[in-house]
Amino acid sequence: MIEPPLVSPDTLSAAYRLLAEAAYRPISGGTDVLVALSGGLGAPPERLLDLWRLDELRGIALDGDALIFGALTTYAEIRRSAVCRDLLPAFVEAAATIGAAQIQNRGTLGGNIANASPAGDMLPVLLATDAVIVAGSVRGERSIPAASFWTGYRQTALAGDEIVVRIRIPLVADRQVRFRKIGTRRAQAISKVVIALSWVSAAPAEPWRSVRLGLGSVAERPIRATATEAFLEGRLPTSDTANTASVRVAAEIEPINDVRSTADYRRAVTGRVLYRLIREAGDW
Amino acid sequence: MSVQFTVNEEPVELDVPGIRRLLDVLREDLGLTGTKEGCGEGECGACTVLLDGAVVDSCLVPIAQVDGHAVRTVEGLAPRRPDARNPATPDNLNLLQRAFLETGGAQCGICTPGMLMAGEAFLASGQAPTDPAIREAIAGNLCRCTGYTKIIEAIALAAARREAPG
Repeated sequence: MIEPPLVSPDTLSAAYRLLAEAAYRPISGGTDVLVALSGGLGAPPERLLDLWRLDELRGIALDGDALIFGALTTYAEIRRSAVCRDLLPAFVEAAATIGAAQIQNRGTLGGNIANASPAGDMLPVLLATDAVIVAGSVRGERSIPAASFWTGYRQTALAGDEIVVRIRIPLVADRQVRFRKIGTRRAQAISKVVIALSWVSAAPAEPWRSVRLGLGSVAERPIRATATEAFLEGRLPTSDTANTASVRVAAEIEPINDVRSTADYRRAVTGRVLYRLIREAGDW
Repeated sequence: MSVQFTVNEEPVELDVPGIRRLLDVLREDLGLTGTKEGCGEGECGACTVLLDGAVVDSCLVPIAQVDGHAVRTVEGLAPRRPDARNPATPDNLNLLQRAFLETGGAQCGICTPGMLMAGEAFLASGQAPTDPAIREAIAGNLCRCTGYTKIIEAIALAAARREAPG
C-alpha cells in the first residue's frame, strides 16, 4: 500500500493552520480513506491530515432545541447515546444499520458527510431532519444546510481548507422521523436504497406538515424528493395518499444500474417502501 | 512517526509511517501473524483485533490512531497468568478458544482469529448470550465454512462456562 505522509495535530486550530497551508486529505475513522488507499482506488492523496486526536470534535449534546454532534462522533457513540435514543430514535436506527461493530466503532458522522458517497447511510436522515452542517477553517465557521451540502457525485460545498466540525439537528415538536435501508443483508451491506421520511403532525387525524423525504443511492448524491414532498404536504396518511406518493416518487427519481442493484429495482422499492411507511403511519 | 502503544499488554515503540495499517504493523513490523488479512476493505472481519477493548478491523486503522492505546490480538488470548476463569491447561488455550475446538467452531481457520476476538469482546460486554445477541456480535465477521452455527454454539458455551467456572 502507498503510504502518503500523515500528520496528527492535537488541536483544531493546528489542524486549521495546516489545512490553510497545503492540500491535505482529512481522515477521521479511516473506514473510507483506508479502503481507497489500500485498494488503489483513484489517485492517492499527497498528504493526510489525521483528525482523530481532535477531542474538540467529539460528543453529543442537547443545546436548547437542537441536538449537536461533534464531527468525530462514531456510530457506536450514537447507538449508545441516551439523549439520541430519546429525542431522535431514527438516527440511532440508522447508525445501527452501518457495517457492523467494527465499522461502528471507528466510522464517524463527519466522515460519512464529508466522504459524500451517494450511498452514505446517515445522509438521508440529515436531509429529512433539516440538519445543519457546520464547517470550520482558519477563516472561522459557517453553517451549511444539509439540503445544499452535497453538490454532485462525491462533491460537497466544503472549501479546500474546510472540515466538518459539528452537525446540528433541530428538534421539532410533533415531528416523526422514519428510516429504512434496503441492502443485500442486515450487516455489512452497502445500500441499494436508503429512505428517511419526516413530517410534523400533532395527532394521527391531523394532516402532515413540513414533509421531508431524503433518499440515498438513487442519484449521484443524497437528494430530497421535493415533488413528492410537495404532494404529501397537507395530506393524511391514507391509502390513496400512499398509492399516489409511491407512484410519484418512482417517477421523480433517476437511479442507475450498478453492481449493487438496478434502476428498475431501486425505483420500485423506493415507491414500495414509501407506501409502507405511509401505511404504518396511517395504521391501516 | 514515532508511536507507542501496547500489544497484549507488552509495550511497543516503533518509528513507522503514520498511515500504515495496524494490520501491517502487527504482521510485518511485529511478526504477529495470528491476525489475518481477508478482504482488506473492512467487509470480512478476518483482521479483527481489540483496540481499547473494542472490535476494529485492523486493515482500516492507521497506526497513528493507535498511539497511546492498547491492542489485543489472538496471540493475547492464551492465558499467560492462569486464573480461576482461565486455568492452565496442557494446550494453553483460553475458555473461548477451547469452546471453538470442542464445538467445531474452527474449520479452515482464516476467520477464526477475528471470530475469537469478536467473541471475546462479546463475553467481556457481559450481555446475555442469546442467539440474536451473539449473531449481532459477529455480524462483521464472515465465515465460509461453518454456516456460523458452530461458532455461535462456541461463544454460547464459553459464556455459560464463564458464568459457572469449573
